[in-house]
Amino acid sequence: MDSLSSGSLSGVQKEELMDQVKQQIAIANAQELLTKMSEKCFKKCIGKPGTALDSSEQKCIAMCMDRYMDAWNLVSRTYSTRIQRERNNM
Amino acid sequence: MSDLSDYSSTKAGDSELQDFLMVEKQKAQFHAQIHEFNDFCWDKCVDKPGSKLDSRTETCISNCVERFIDVSLLITNRFAQMLEKGGGMH
Repeated sequence: MDSLSSGSLSGVQKEELMDQVKQQIAIANAQELLTKMSEKCFKKCIGKPGTALDSSEQKCIAMCMDRYMDAWNLVSRTYSTRIQRERNNM
Repeated sequence: MSDLSDYSSTKAGDSELQDFLMVEKQKAQFHAQIHEFNDFCWDKCVDKPGSKLDSRTETCISNCVERFIDVSLLITNRFAQMLEKGGGMH
């Protein structure tokens, strides 16, 4: 942060900073997805928490993760299309 | 995220960095919105996660996203009208 407040950045510094920002955002995104998936799939798959995850629970979790990603991608597509449509209407 | 843009606008002169941050901020907002929609529409539309998203669930999810946006727009417009009339907030 020191170099930021002391004035202009060199090209290399700027690129490094941009990479860092991108990386931090990617990490935050992945964390958000992980938190949501754990929460949602725990709710769907674990009725009564036992002493260990049994194989049917594990299968359910795996399936739930895949479906959550499917849903995420579908939401992303639907939302992008809608934004595009709203833009064309302006 | 507003800190980021405030910061970049006070440090005028580096427009490349500013543009970069603005784009990244928009991308982050887009992603945050998808997380929110998916969270919400997953609860509404997905029953038991199966081996794939069936077409009924897919339709439900995209309708859910579209109608949620409709509701936000409707409420925003109506709220603006309320403010214009000067009513409702006293």
